[in-house]
Parts: sequence; structure tokens; C-alpha cells
Amino acid sequence: MSVYEPWDAGRGAEIIAEHSHLEGATLVILHALQEAFGYVPEPAIPMVAEALNLSRAEVHGVFTFYHDFRHKPAGKHVLKLCRAEACQAAGGDALAARAEARLGVAIGNTTPDERVTLEPIYCLGLCATAPSAMLDGRLVGRLDEARIDALIAEAQR
Amino acid sequence: MKMRIFVPRDAAAISVGADEVAAAIEQTAAKRDVPIKIIRNGSRGLMWLEPMIEVATLKGRVAYGPVTPADVPSLFEAMVSTNGSHPLRLGLTEEIPWLKRQTRLTFARCGIIDPRSTEDYRAHDGYKGLERALTLTSDAILADVTASGLRGRGGAGFPTGIKWKTVAQTSADHKYIVCNADEGDSGTFADRMIMEGDPFVVIEGMTIAGVTVGATKGYIYIRSEYPHAVEAMNAAIAAGRRAGYLGQRICGSQHNFDLEVRVGAGAYVCGEETSLLESLEGRRGLVRAKPPLPAHKGLFGKPTVINNVLSFAAIPFILAGGAKTYADFGMGRSRGTMPIQLAGNIKQGGLFETAFGITLGELVDEIGGGTFTGRPVRAVQVGGPLGAYFPRALFDTPFDYEAFAARDGLIGHAGIVVFDDTVDMLKQARFAMEFCAIESCGKCTPCRIGSTRGVETIDKIRAGERVEQNLAVIEDLCNTMKFGSLCALGGFTPYPVSSALKHFREDFSPAPKSLQAAE
Repeated sequence: MSVYEPWDAGRGAEIIAEHSHLEGATLVILHALQEAFGYVPEPAIPMVAEALNLSRAEVHGVFTFYHDFRHKPAGKHVLKLCRAEACQAAGGDALAARAEARLGVAIGNTTPDERVTLEPIYCLGLCATAPSAMLDGRLVGRLDEARIDALIAEAQR
Repeated sequence: MKMRIFVPRDAAAISVGADEVAAAIEQTAAKRDVPIKIIRNGSRGLMWLEPMIEVATLKGRVAYGPVTPADVPSLFEAMVSTNGSHPLRLGLTEEIPWLKRQTRLTFARCGIIDPRSTEDYRAHDGYKGLERALTLTSDAILADVTASGLRGRGGAGFPTGIKWKTVAQTSADHKYIVCNADEGDSGTFADRMIMEGDPFVVIEGMTIAGVTVGATKGYIYIRSEYPHAVEAMNAAIAAGRRAGYLGQRICGSQHNFDLEVRVGAGAYVCGEETSLLESLEGRRGLVRAKPPLPAHKGLFGKPTVINNVLSFAAIPFILAGGAKTYADFGMGRSRGTMPIQLAGNIKQGGLFETAFGITLGELVDEIGGGTFTGRPVRAVQVGGPLGAYFPRALFDTPFDYEAFAARDGLIGHAGIVVFDDTVDMLKQARFAMEFCAIESCGKCTPCRIGSTRGVETIDKIRAGERVEQNLAVIEDLCNTMKFGSLCALGGFTPYPVSSALKHFREDFSPAPKSLQAAE
């Protein structure tokens, strides 16, 4: 579980200023904002645009193009299940269905108590120790029913 | 003397408990008051044996695996004793047949050295390529790269020497070196492994490229799904700067060269080189039309060498006087070695670097040992989500760019994903279309619309709706995508779809026969 700061425009401006000198800084800044706040707050978009001399639409376009960036905070824990071919071949589909059933949400959603966000990920590069998952940045390979159940229990705590 | 124990820091090893094993070893050693030094190396690539730990002995390194924290106390006992006998003992690492059978040129040091230490890298022939390159003219370096026969390891197989020469001959005030580490293909992990296990070889390769073409700045674009690789590359870049291998006047020469890591944000299409350049510039990863080639107008409109991680990683060996040796391996126009990745439902998966020419059957059956479920292999997908599915009937295909192309496939980034006989090939074809729809950048119509129509049409086939007509629609759609798309995402998605249709037609019916048979 990661601890994030609440959105604060002053802090946001600081983060933006820290990186705005870089060549092609938009993604770097969006990553830094998300790392600090857990998502990219809407009011940050025009601030990034202003700092980089871009239009608001351009920054919004970048923000929405990439799967990583969130427009609202995720659940307390984020469980990402690899849904790509190597994990499919190793029985990943059944484990994904099991996770959905246990958590009571479809992949791509957060549980109503906001404890767990269940997301797809397309390849963690652990294809010879498949199926794999990532819980809050921690990698877990060779998943089986017992291991996925343990991960879910950990995420629900 | 302290006992030296190697526990991989590779992400795959960590995902199956390497950190916990390292902690258990520390504890056991402290309890028993035995002085040890744990080195967090890269993986040797024998993934089914991870976490595979090694202990340095007078005869060489001895491996044990797969190790769990519970094994550590008894393992420690074996390691401190003279004969080292233990059920998990694999013998001298270098003598393990799976490793011994390989030809490791690019991965020569991976799993052997400490990936955070420039000294260790140097002690294992590191930086010899750069040191020699600094004594050569640009033309002489290009002659070596060309003579090696190296072709782009990202998948397209374009001759690296020609690419570099184009950039070298284009005059500009700034040039860039870009390393494509957006390894998004499922079934591939060689880029990740080398970045985590031997990051300096990538840095050295990029530095040689910079010296050759006259670029002073390089970017490594790593996907966000690889946090460990990002950390490893950043640590190596910092170490390289401290040791004078990056920055101003590298190695006391006239050349300046520095590197920066940039992290992607979960877009598969950014593995396409022009999309990657857009992303590096801070924009949406929309594919650019070519020409202009990145070699003429690349990053920020400047001449740019953009190569895959493995292409750069092959360079130091070639420049250290190995151009001819490199070219002597391989077959036809595929020269040198290829780090092949065996993945999915496979008994002995991992990284197997070998000369081109080995057959698909040897790789899957002999080296991979078939499936871990013990069921027959039914299909293998070679080259990631855009690669073709091959049935057993094509297992005599040699690993070679042209031989795969001749059978309507591609080797791509050399990932092989194995499926057993429970696989539903209609579902796999549907996934290929679905993945393309999710990841399409949206710039060209065949990819953006075609993939979504593909999913809908395959669903109709599964539902038994006008099957023959809809199969014709799929074939037509595949042709449109293949010939009408701007880049390989839309252009190659037909490979898995058409190959599934061609070789596994029996699955394209409302109730797949294979599934009935398996139940």
C-alpha cells in the first residue's frame, strides 16, 4: 500500500517546476504528480500546460492516451493481473476469473469498500514464471489458486 | 575469507521469492556466525530453477535451486561443508547442460557479475569494445558493425550498420541515441533480464553508437511495467558517471556522452519506434508516417539512432574485436546469436542464447522439455502478440528471419509462448484482435476500426452466426489491416489471427473440438 499526499496546488506547482526544464517533460511530470497524489488531479492539467507552453487539450490528450494515468485515486491496494498470452497459456484466465469472483468486481474496477482495485496488465516480463501479478508494486510469479487467494486476502486486509 | 553467495536480483527471481531467500541466508549466517557476502546478481536465465542461488567455491560456482526460505538452513549446512551435497544441488553452474549448450555472446556476463559494479563489469571484459572504438574512426567502427551482420533485434531485423551509417552521414547540430526498452511483447523478457543483470553492456553499446555517429545524448525508454529494470539502469548510469564512462570527456577522450532513463506509461504501441519518439517528446504515442526515417529526422527532429536493447547489447562484443566471430555464427542472412525466450506453459522456460538456425522443435521439445502441465504441445506463438501461431507440423522451421517469414510468421523479439492441447485457438485469435483494439494509437483506420470489427466478427463465429461468411470477413479484414495499416500493430495483428485460422481451423466453430476432447 502506498501513502499519498492530498492534492495541493502549491505542491503540484513545485513538482511541475522541478521537471519542466527537461526535454519533452509531459510524461515525466504526469508520472511525478501521480506518484505524489496517487492520481493526476484535474486542476493539475492546466498547470502543466501553462508550464510547458502547451494547450490544455494537448496535455489532456497525453494524460488520457496512456493507460497508467488515473483521473481519480485507486483503491487502497492495487492488484494487477497479467492478462497477456504467456500467462494465458499458463492458466491465467482461470485465476483472473477466480480473483473477480472473490473480490466481487470485474477487472478494471475497485471494490465498493475501496480497498482493492483490480486491473489488467499486459506483460510484466515474467513469462517463464507465469502466471504473474503485481500487488502494490510487488511482483508475484508462479501463481496458483493458493497464491492468488493469499494475495487477495492480503489486499483485503 | 568471506563466503560469497549469489542471489539474483532479477525481477522474475524476486517474483518467486529471491528477496526472502536472501534475507533467510543473512539470518542463518548471522546465527551461525559465518562471514558471508551476498551478491545480488542477474539471472542465469534458468527460470524454472529460480530462485537459483550460487556459492563460489575453489572449483567454480555451485548452483542450488529452486530455493525457498525454508530450504536455507539445510542448504547453508551443505554450502559450508566440503562436499556440498543437497537435494537442490545442481552442480557447477557452468556445467549445467541447459547453460552449457548455449552460445552466450550478448548474455556472456548476465548472472555472473554484480550489475551495480563497473569494476566487476571491467573484470569480465567490459568496456573493451568502447576502449577499442575510441581508437577507431567512425568509418572503421561502422565497418565492424556491418561486418558482424547484426540486424535489429527488436523484431524488424533491419541491418544495424546501415542504420548507424545513415545517422553518421546526416549532418546536424544535435543527434540522439535512443534505446527502445519498451519490451511489451508477451513471452519476451530478454531486455528486462539484460538491463537488470548486465546494464553496463547496454550503456557501453549506446556509448559506442554515440561516438560513432557523433551524438552526445542518449535516452533509454523503459516501460513502466519494469520498475526493477528502471532502478537497475539508473543505478548503472550513476555508477558509469562516477567511473568516467559517462559525462564529459568519457574515458579521457574528446567525446561527451550521457544517458537518461525515461519511463513509459503503459502503452504497448510505444514499442513502435516512431510512437516511442513521440512519447519521448512528451506527446501521445501516435505513430509517425515514414519517411522521414528517424535516422534523418528522429527525436525532436534530429538524426537519431533508435535500436532495441539487445541490438545495443550485442555491440560491445563486436567492437572488442569480435565482428568476424559474431558473423561466423548463424545461418543465411541471420548472423550471430539470438537470445531466445522460452515462455508460457513450458517445463524448462528461460533465456536461451544460441546461434540462428536451431529449429523450433529443438527449442520447444528438447530444450524447453515440453509443457509443465505434461499435456501435448498444440501451438506456439513466436514473436509476441503480433507473431504467428505455429502447429507441431511446422516445428522443423529453423530460427531465422527469412525462414519464419517464408512460413507466414516472424521471429520478432524471439519470444516463444507454448500452449498445450487445452488451448482454444478461436479465443487466441479473438485476443489478438482485442489487444490491437485496446492498444491501437488510433491514427490509421484499418487498425483502429479493423481490430474492433475483428472482435465482433469472431464473436459471431463463436455464436454460430453465418460461420462461413464471417470467416471470409475475417480473412478480408486481415488483408486490409496487413496492407493498409501505418505500423506493425495493425499490420501484424493478422499474423496470429490468420495463422490460427489456417492451422487450427477446427476451433473456428461454435463448439471447439479441442476443448471437447480435453474435457
